[in-house]
Amino acid sequence: MSLADPDMVPAPRQIPDRLASPAAKLLKSWESLLLLVAVAVFILNSFASPYFLDAWSLSDATFNFTEKAMIAFAMALLIIAGEIDLSVASIIALCSTAMGVVMQMGGGTGALVFTGLAVGLSCGAFNGLLVTRLGLPSIVVTIGTMSLFRGISYIVLGDGAFRGYPEGFAWFGQGYVFWVITVEMVIFTLLAIVFGVVLHKTNFGRQVYAIGNNSTAALFSGIRVQRVKMILFLLTGLMSGLAAVCLTSRLGSTRPSIASGMELEVVTMVVLGGVSILGGSGSIPGVVIAAILMGLVTFGLGLLNVPGIVMSIFIGLMLIGVIAVPRLFKMARGK
Amino acid sequence: MSILKHRETLLVAVIAAMLALIASRFPGFVTPGNLAAVFTDTAPLMILALGQMAVILTRCIDLSVAANLALTGMAVALLNTVAPGLPVVLTIALAIGMGALMGAINGLLVWKLDIPSIVVTLGTMTIFRGIIFLISDGQWVNAHEMSANFTGFPRIEILGLPVLAWIAIIAIAAMGLVMSRTVLGRSIFAAGSNPHAAAYTGIDVGRTQFAAFVISGALAGLTGYLWIARYAVAYVDIAGGFELDVVAACVIGGISIAGGVGTVAGAVLGALFLGVIKNALPVVDISPFWQLAISGAAILIAVAFNARAGRSKGRVILKSAEHAA
Repeated sequence: MSLADPDMVPAPRQIPDRLASPAAKLLKSWESLLLLVAVAVFILNSFASPYFLDAWSLSDATFNFTEKAMIAFAMALLIIAGEIDLSVASIIALCSTAMGVVMQMGGGTGALVFTGLAVGLSCGAFNGLLVTRLGLPSIVVTIGTMSLFRGISYIVLGDGAFRGYPEGFAWFGQGYVFWVITVEMVIFTLLAIVFGVVLHKTNFGRQVYAIGNNSTAALFSGIRVQRVKMILFLLTGLMSGLAAVCLTSRLGSTRPSIASGMELEVVTMVVLGGVSILGGSGSIPGVVIAAILMGLVTFGLGLLNVPGIVMSIFIGLMLIGVIAVPRLFKMARGK
Repeated sequence: MSILKHRETLLVAVIAAMLALIASRFPGFVTPGNLAAVFTDTAPLMILALGQMAVILTRCIDLSVAANLALTGMAVALLNTVAPGLPVVLTIALAIGMGALMGAINGLLVWKLDIPSIVVTLGTMTIFRGIIFLISDGQWVNAHEMSANFTGFPRIEILGLPVLAWIAIIAIAAMGLVMSRTVLGRSIFAAGSNPHAAAYTGIDVGRTQFAAFVISGALAGLTGYLWIARYAVAYVDIAGGFELDVVAACVIGGISIAGGVGTVAGAVLGALFLGVIKNALPVVDISPFWQLAISGAAILIAVAFNARAGRSKGRVILKSAEHAA
């Protein structure tokens, strides 16, 4: 099922007499608005705390978004195609638990990373098969697998935890490539470029948009809709596996409650980045800026000693606000 | 007529089979007293599932019910510490009103701003949880801080059943009447099964969705008081993740996430199914940590069944007609 409400019939499209120039379009875009907000938050933060403008603390701040953003890139594609995956945080829990099991059997860093990615991919395949083969709505499937995947972690771990990951494994979440540039930051940047190119410059990317806008039309124009969706679910699973590797490496331990509630932050990041929750539109640069913006907001609030749960109020308000405010403006203008 | 089309019969059979299986080894589980205890224990889930059913029938989803429950519960608990003498009836009225207000916020955002319900309620879920932290300062409200009549009310026994169970029975009966005998109930089905047709018959689809959210919120508020009073403790994370159980109960009960299909009996049986499993796990000596995975698997199996049951002949014709339009 796409998230699109079937009762929302789009209004007939108005074709303007003259197209806006590319520069004007860029200025008026969601991405530039986001960038403006991000810069404002950056400036506010540097006034709010003397500890903010420091290369090392800024480097620490990137941990607030790098892992989530890895998943958000894949999730953006999935949401653009009209599906959703709410099980990503539970996939992290399952991957992390599997890595813990492998670690206890004496697996080295290579085996751990392979396990994380492979389990993530399998979880994505499971979601994807249920959605594409059985034709089930992705939102219910992933609410189910959200319980199932984390449930398996609870069965394995109970109220215990895995600790004592090998030294070399710490590199992914705690390592630095150069000066203050973290390994996660490099992964984030590379993924941003890869996903940006795939979505905006390839045939596959156009197919994702086509499916999100009208999957029936996409099917009739020769796009293998189910296969593309399957690939997107696999990709989301794989990215969740990667995020699990980074997060487990950074925390150095696994509990079944790891990354709980992260699916919300990932979806918020994607929606904040200008991706329509109804599918069909959105961009990777938007998601990148949204990720950085969310990182800056949480880091700034952290410097001001705002507790995490209060930050989540801001995240929730942002999620609703970014959709509500433009619609309110539109309503005000319409009347 | 395949039995699969009657989700209620199937569920009754499955629950009976489960009970028989457990009874074969642990006869104590199926004594009337224990079954009543299982019913009472499942009461909050049943009440919440009724509200969720109304929302899902209108093609929406309410993921904020558990947070609504927790916030209302914390509010009435704090109120009770300040004004221990407040009559319980007034507390309940306040809880329902507060819950309904939160439901109305969800409903307004869905109705007036046309924001997808999943986004709205994911957002309000975290906002409500955050507000609990703000009003409670992260502190717990413990049993000794609550007055005796506040915590005692849900446990008062009438005709062998505690008030908590009776409230669930009343809620089930009331919802049954609303869904089958009132304009609102029929509008909820109509708005969910075919919004276009509903609009042409003069039903305001958005307003119906709003009403469903208010019902869901009011029931969540009511459950908020009952939950806090029953467990005699209130804290930020209370009933965390319970919204998934509620959605699971509905999906297992045969309520189609695509809207328009579902019954009150289905929602209640779906909740009872989960309730029996939850209560049976410790009896048959399976770790309670299995529960999350089992309910996840149950959701997946149920939704696969729903999809098969939904593929009847009539549906296909309607679908192609919708595409043509």
